[in-house]
Amino acid sequence: MDLVTRIKNGDRRAAAKLITMAENDSPEAVNFLRELYKYTGNAYVIGITGPPGSGKSTLTDKLAKELRKRNKTVGIIAVDPTSPFTGGAILGDRIRMQDLSLDEGVFIRSMGTRGHLGGLSKATLSAVKILDALGKDFIFIETVGVGQSEVDIVKTADTTILVMVPGLGDDIQTIKAGIMEIGDIFVVNKADKEGSEKVVTEIELMLDLKQDNSLWRAPVVKTTATENKGIEELLNTVLEHLEFLKTNNLLMKKRKEIIKNEILELVKLKIFNVIYDKSTENNIDINGLIEKVYLKLTDPYTASTEIIKQALKRL
Amino acid sequence: MEEKKIRVLVAKPGLDGHDRGAKVIARALRDAGMEVIYTGLRQTPEQIVETAIQEDVDVIGLSSLSGAHLPLFSKVAELLKQKEANDILIIGGGVIPEEDIPVLKQAGIAEVFTPGTSTKDIIDFIKSNVK
Repeated sequence: MDLVTRIKNGDRRAAAKLITMAENDSPEAVNFLRELYKYTGNAYVIGITGPPGSGKSTLTDKLAKELRKRNKTVGIIAVDPTSPFTGGAILGDRIRMQDLSLDEGVFIRSMGTRGHLGGLSKATLSAVKILDALGKDFIFIETVGVGQSEVDIVKTADTTILVMVPGLGDDIQTIKAGIMEIGDIFVVNKADKEGSEKVVTEIELMLDLKQDNSLWRAPVVKTTATENKGIEELLNTVLEHLEFLKTNNLLMKKRKEIIKNEILELVKLKIFNVIYDKSTENNIDINGLIEKVYLKLTDPYTASTEIIKQALKRL
Repeated sequence: MEEKKIRVLVAKPGLDGHDRGAKVIARALRDAGMEVIYTGLRQTPEQIVETAIQEDVDVIGLSSLSGAHLPLFSKVAELLKQKEANDILIIGGGVIPEEDIPVLKQAGIAEVFTPGTSTKDIIDFIKSNVK
């Protein structure tokens, strides 16, 4: 039986293998993903992001358990950073998800960023599709611990949960651009710690200042994930957001946005691969152009246009 | 542009609570450019095998200091065979008596590293034995 049929039939090993192929940029992966694509789109994708140590893994674990209680199946993709120096990584998010490892309704995959910036890895979107085709109802993507500008998750998830904790800085942090703008739902985790009420107020104030015509005001939910407090409420809020997206025709809009981003990323990648393809005989003479620019015979602007012209001919 | 990366699951089966050694190994493998999935303490063989399958690892590194390595390591090897995943290389480490090593190898553990092994030896073994 071929890989895609096996995945469709719920074969976890086949799913795991295809994720590896996608991660390794194996040329066969694209063929399988092409075939698999028609079986995707049924899962609801939830992004969980926030600073390192804010409790993303523990929250994911607890939300997954809550969903299992409601008879839903769950896929989890947990991304951790790859060392830019050695290419190695320690993927440790599963430590907080030990009880889920023998639950047949749950599939967990850890991924290294492998040089990709933005909080996810390049193959995250492929992994989402594979777990979707595997039949998971809900898919969580846990990003790396993020700072201020890793916002790729909004281009991948239907609903984004931003996890905050007390003690990270004053209220100016909440009005900066970037990460604070992407939460559909805010979570203040470790709510038993001093200062959590202040964080809630700061987020609410930030949301008051938001001037757009959005019909959705991001709710702020307090949780203490280690004690399972606030989890039920959080899951209900997530489901409310899903309902909101559906009833306002926004889920469709969001998914089209995700597709647009993916296509454009693939276009960039394909052109890049053509430019850097050393195997073809008529590869683009980048070094020659560098030399010409250095000698002021041409300039970087003209040279880049020249490269793109040549690349398009070779596609 | 294909680039294969070696993925290793470092796991501690059974009840002992000492994972210093496992963490040192995890770190050394990371520095050798591998992706190391670390799952924490007190894992059952069933959990280890299911994790290895979902994570599609090339290697499972088992660490035990409790003395229960014979039943635990062997069980992992047996379960892998049952799941037709015995292409995954299993290595073991910890406080393991000399006379147990042949028994473990018989059970399907590719190599056993006892205290004093340099991390380089482990890295070299993995690199030359992963297909």
